Amino acid sequence: MSPQNHRPNIWQRMHIDLPLLLGILALMSFGLFVIYSAGGEDLALMERQLFRMGLSLFIMFVVAQINPEVLRRWAFPIYIAGVILLLGVHFFGEINKGAQRWLNLGFMEFQPSELIKLAFPITMAWYISKFPLPPKKRYLAGAGVILLIPTLLIAKQPDLGTSILVAASGIFVLFLSGMSWRIVGGFIGSILAMLPVLWFFLMHDYQRTRVLTLLDPEKDPLGAGYHIIQSKIAIGSGGMLGKGWLDGTQSQLEFLPERHTDFIFAVIGEEFGLIGSFLLLAIYLYVIGRGLVIASQAQTSFARLLAGSITLTFFVYIFVNIGMVSGLLPVVGVPLPLISYGGTSMLTLMTGFGILMSIHTHRRFIDR
Amino acid sequence: MHDHAAEASLFKRRALFTFVCVVILLGILLSNLYHLQILSYTDYETRSNDNRIRVVPVPPSRGLIYDRHGKLLAENQPFFALELIPEKVKHIPETLTRLSQIIPLSAEEQEKFTESLKYHRRFKPLTLKTPLTEEQVAQFSVNQHEFPGISVVAGLKRHYPHQGLLTHALGYVGRINDRDKLRLQQAGEWKDYAGTKYIGKQGIEKFYETLLHGKPGHLEEEVNNRGRTIRTLKSVPPDPGQDIYLTLDLELQKKAFELLDGRRGSVVAIDPRDGGILAMLSSPTYDPNQFVHGISSKAYGELLNSRSRPLINRATQGQYAPASTIKPHLALLGLDENTITAKTRIWDPGFWQIPGVERKYRDWKRWGHGWVDVNTALIGSCDTYFYDLAYKTGVDKIASFMQPFGFGERTGVDIFEESAGIMPSKDWKRMRYNQPWYIGDTISVGIGQGYWTTTPLQLANAAAIMANKGKRFVPHMLKSIKDNTSKIDSPVDEKAPIVLNDQKNWDIINESMMNTAHKSRFKDAGYTAAMKTGTAQVFSVAEDEKYDAETVDEFLKDNALIIAYAPYENPTIVLAVVLENAGWGGANAGPVARALLDEYMLRDSLEFNQ
Repeated sequence: MSPQNHRPNIWQRMHIDLPLLLGILALMSFGLFVIYSAGGEDLALMERQLFRMGLSLFIMFVVAQINPEVLRRWAFPIYIAGVILLLGVHFFGEINKGAQRWLNLGFMEFQPSELIKLAFPITMAWYISKFPLPPKKRYLAGAGVILLIPTLLIAKQPDLGTSILVAASGIFVLFLSGMSWRIVGGFIGSILAMLPVLWFFLMHDYQRTRVLTLLDPEKDPLGAGYHIIQSKIAIGSGGMLGKGWLDGTQSQLEFLPERHTDFIFAVIGEEFGLIGSFLLLAIYLYVIGRGLVIASQAQTSFARLLAGSITLTFFVYIFVNIGMVSGLLPVVGVPLPLISYGGTSMLTLMTGFGILMSIHTHRRFIDR
Repeated sequence: MHDHAAEASLFKRRALFTFVCVVILLGILLSNLYHLQILSYTDYETRSNDNRIRVVPVPPSRGLIYDRHGKLLAENQPFFALELIPEKVKHIPETLTRLSQIIPLSAEEQEKFTESLKYHRRFKPLTLKTPLTEEQVAQFSVNQHEFPGISVVAGLKRHYPHQGLLTHALGYVGRINDRDKLRLQQAGEWKDYAGTKYIGKQGIEKFYETLLHGKPGHLEEEVNNRGRTIRTLKSVPPDPGQDIYLTLDLELQKKAFELLDGRRGSVVAIDPRDGGILAMLSSPTYDPNQFVHGISSKAYGELLNSRSRPLINRATQGQYAPASTIKPHLALLGLDENTITAKTRIWDPGFWQIPGVERKYRDWKRWGHGWVDVNTALIGSCDTYFYDLAYKTGVDKIASFMQPFGFGERTGVDIFEESAGIMPSKDWKRMRYNQPWYIGDTISVGIGQGYWTTTPLQLANAAAIMANKGKRFVPHMLKSIKDNTSKIDSPVDEKAPIVLNDQKNWDIINESMMNTAHKSRFKDAGYTAAMKTGTAQVFSVAEDEKYDAETVDEFLKDNALIIAYAPYENPTIVLAVVLENAGWGGANAGPVARALLDEYMLRDSLEFNQ
């Protein structure tokens, strides 16, 4: 890197990355339009979502002020705290909709798996970047332990969506660290070999039903297949240009379940058509691209791995959600990032973007 | 050591590779969308268009409730409401201003409406004002053309024409809340409540909810792409709830209501021939109509916190010491166990002592009744006689004898608000207080005091069994169910009768009760009757202290009780009256019982004379 005669501008001094911020704001405003339509033109719903957006933008801003070095030092203690909280959920958690994910703190309910979503890639990046890269095989065992404990605890809750996201964020760190292709190949092979074990021993009945439903939704059109069928009808009937904002019959006549939360992409497909879906994917690609640029320009291995993992996990959200809504993947509870109605995932994602901005704006402009 | 340059370039290669993967995966998503939205478009469009049939539930109308003579006790009243479809009204504030010139809209109503407008679908009607008077309906109808998008809709609302008269027996309906919903879902009946807003909350309305509610129908409507109905494709009419007739006698209930005149107390009248309840009054009462459309929290708070506790059904939940009203039953026990005979006499000096113990149990008559036998002991309500009898019998024998008369257990009347009262025994006290039974406890039970508590319904029921000489029915209010044009009588639940060792003992006691009536309150009645009064202490007075009504707090004064039936030879009505803190039973509850029996026994001849 060449020495720069750098005068930080106002955005850099505020630790804000403008290109990334613009992408985020574009997604959020698009999300507001869709929620207004999907939520039945309910202004109260809009007010709550706007409040969450404001809050998470603020959190992003605050996190962006924290030097990545601080995160690196605190990574492991936060990870341990997260695992302890997960164990707490396991033993004392509240059962909600058949799944045990919440810890009641008295004044609020708290989902430790969200904390793990953040703490986990930081820990992984901290651990791997201690060694010269690419990592030697003998360090991978430690990484495996760090990865498996929270993943299995979350999968047990059961929260398949989150455990996929957590596992993916760890695997991304390993991959980006330059793990040899042989190990990557072996890893993917062992995951495939694990699938039957997963199917027969670890998955709950309802999860198995979801997979079977995906393979043949028409078999049970009013039961388990209903979500997928209605969602595919909504998307398919959108056509090239869509039925128009507020005019999607599937969503407005309430045939589409969960239409402002996990299935909001079906509303987009129905009301804005292929053009709208394409536009959304383009904005997402832009944000991912910007994230990877930030990662590549980072100055330490820790920062690079962390930024890369956060960006790619964001992509996993998108792929799993749209894949599920359009009938490619089984139904798992992953929201469409920055668009779906709801606060928890938005806070987590925006904290991640705050870390990206912090990494990008805390670089020391010196020649190495 | 770290080779920073190599690590950075390794990372860049890997990052580029993953970016390519991301583009490919997004490409897969996009091609799947292309497949759905372009290639299969016509197929999915057709299926989306087929998704346009909306099923609208039509709630059934609730069954009506009548008294035994067919007089209406609960009805469904039409009401009118003003509704506005936001989408069809251009300038809502201006429209409201114009509208308020025809139909008064308070600032509060307007504000509430504007607020709920924010959270409402634009094409769905929203209630603007309810209820409208008929005059307002007429005024609006004339001007309707000036207000497109606003219309008058009609609905049915439960109404209790006799207001507070029958509140505790009939109960009321109220809006379905989350608890009701959960209960219905668990019972698998929730689907029958699609479109229904109200459900029985108490009394008969709750107990016979399934009879009264009916089954909903539905409309299948074709809707356009804005959710508006284009036409109705199919209509399945609802199955209305069934009308029911109660055993209650509205005129007798009215008379009881007038006689109690808001005083705290209760009246229960039963037809001993089948257990049908003729009157069930709990006083003071309240207007159930205010619960139908939702009571204000202020009004509810007043009811809830009132010292007179109007929300409680005293007839079935009020627990009172029966006092001397159960002396006939105790005497019956004494005769049947041969503890006493009809001729046994004892000397009453005005007090009684457990043999060998100093403490004196006072008779209500301080100077005593002198020589008494069972007949004179009942007529004079001699406490000493029954202290002695209870002492000789023992509490467990009393408890097991009283149990078939319904003491200490729910009668099974057809409302859910019922308490069991307490029939004390040694085991009961051990269980409840973990204390041994003392002889003194038995002595109190001998005059219907101490731990013994009963509800007015239990008293009336036990008196009916006495009058019936052992024949027993489950007291109930449902008389018959209307089925199209005929009435189907509800089956009468008769229990196995009480059979004494000597059935003649029934006659001895009933005759004494008849003597009691005709020597006092019913001396000049135009019919034969039997009765027993009671005066129950609400708080205990020390052994030698004198109870002084003047100095005692109103809520600690004695309760006045009476049981009575008529005619003596072939009883058709049995009643129990309890007046809280009214003082002497004979002087205070007596006139109420006399007036009620007069009403019931003589009204046919009065009507005949008129």
